[in-house]
Amino acid sequence: MSKYYQPEIETASREQIRQWQDERLVQQVRHVWDNVPYYRAKMEEKGVTPDDIKSVDDLHKLPFLTKADLREAYPYGLMGVPVEECVRIQSTSGTTGKRVVAFYTQGDIDLWEDCCARAIVAVGGTKEDVCHVSYGYGLFTGGAGLHGGSHKVGCLTLPMSSGNTDRQLQFMEDLGSTIICCTPSYAAYLAESIHERGLQDKIHLKAGIFGAEAWSENMRRDIEQKLGLKAYDIYGLTEISGPGVSFECEAQTGMHINEDHFIAEIIDPDTGEVLPEGTKGELVFTCITKKAFPLLRYRTRDICVLTREPCPCGRTHVKMSKPMGRSDDMLIIRGVNVFPSQIETVLLQQGYPANYQIIVDRVNNSDTLEVLVEMTPENFSDSLGDITAKEKLLVAELKSMLGLHAKVKLVAPKTITRSEGKAVRIIDNRKI
Amino acid sequence: MSIKQISVFLENRTGQLAEITGLLADNNIDLRAISIAETSDYGVLRMITDDADSASAVLLENGHIISMNQVTVVAVEDQPGGLSNLLSIIARSDISIDYMYSLFTKKVGTAYMVFRVSSGSKFANLLQAHGMRGVTAEELGIK
Repeated sequence: MSKYYQPEIETASREQIRQWQDERLVQQVRHVWDNVPYYRAKMEEKGVTPDDIKSVDDLHKLPFLTKADLREAYPYGLMGVPVEECVRIQSTSGTTGKRVVAFYTQGDIDLWEDCCARAIVAVGGTKEDVCHVSYGYGLFTGGAGLHGGSHKVGCLTLPMSSGNTDRQLQFMEDLGSTIICCTPSYAAYLAESIHERGLQDKIHLKAGIFGAEAWSENMRRDIEQKLGLKAYDIYGLTEISGPGVSFECEAQTGMHINEDHFIAEIIDPDTGEVLPEGTKGELVFTCITKKAFPLLRYRTRDICVLTREPCPCGRTHVKMSKPMGRSDDMLIIRGVNVFPSQIETVLLQQGYPANYQIIVDRVNNSDTLEVLVEMTPENFSDSLGDITAKEKLLVAELKSMLGLHAKVKLVAPKTITRSEGKAVRIIDNRKI
Repeated sequence: MSIKQISVFLENRTGQLAEITGLLADNNIDLRAISIAETSDYGVLRMITDDADSASAVLLENGHIISMNQVTVVAVEDQPGGLSNLLSIIARSDISIDYMYSLFTKKVGTAYMVFRVSSGSKFANLLQAHGMRGVTAEELGIK
């Protein structure tokens, strides 16, 4: 019973990891140059060719990619192989109306699922386990990733997705789930439900793999205490595959980034300068193995610290801290990425002014989103029915854009608070 | 014969009503009818004043969101059945009532009802067919 899914990779020497990275980076840059005109143009603009990239030391010469590039290249502009070689997409929110679409060949899926399998084995998972996957299934990478990883490990995989608490708890009890994978706030919610129904003695979870949103040490202890399991962190983003880009081991002093697939850098978000190890800055990833959506120097907007100090678990891959914040204004609400600019787009489309305010809170372990919208003469009438119908349409359009329900509150002009002349757009009352 | 009604957006916040009625008072505008339709989040204040144009100007100057509409005011006998008779007549027609409320009057024996209906012209014809009519602004002593 191995404590690593791929021991020879996960405990490889630093020299071996570096060699893989050097070789694969060179190949990947050539692959992108030959197949992704959009990125080739960026390289040419910077005066860089594949011949200039001989090792990881030359990585800093390559141009960055951001969410704005993904929006501009939507949908097929950053694809590295023809459509007939792709077997899947996964998708997540973009900054306005355009979603991010990531492509995968079968080989890319295998690599991604290997990464998730590493995470499951790291928490003690084996084929004797019953892996309860309550991340959302579908376009969201959470469900698909952990599902695939669970298959690779050989666990009995329960493709629960989220929602339907009765069914979650029924299977958890009847089938004896031992590992749970879901967002931390959903875990807290399930824990409450278990306690309400007095099912503590009927549930035998030993470990949980939680991610897709920010969660604190306090929340970790709370979930561990309530569910009687050990709670582990996992990190990823759709653009770079999905969950499993990095994962926590039993030491729980950071998440190991799968360096045989992803080269990590920390940069200054304002200057783009690469910062030394141990410095806080924006996390940037270069994908060196996947082919269908091979992003180089992709800026995640997550702020964190990297460390290479030896880990007691024996894994040699670099560790990242939990993200400490964002270098943009993205929010994660109920596990969904929300950009204020998306809300602005919908408001303007519906004839409301872009003077809005977003209030995020957490009630009963679930995130809530309320949007304060200014009433205008055009949207007002003497008919309550008409006003309500317009309001409902706005709620529906927001749901369509964001993928989650936002409460709309109509307010009079000049109600929205200003701080030193600038409107306060986001009020986040959650104490994570 | 229709009367001007002003509707005002009411945010769900204390002081809104006091502020609006205060503005009218400061500008010597008299309220003749007032009605509020509310949801849990906001309301619509409908009113008839003695000077609709001045009232709307004052409210707009002070940043309020308003809407001006035509309503029909009908005089009914101020006794049991006065209103229900009229409502029965309307019910037998194809006119629907969006909302209604009453208007203050010092005239003894008569009550005034404000109606917003699906068709103002059809309503006028219906009233005429029953020997009734909408009251004019002059008769109410308002502009």
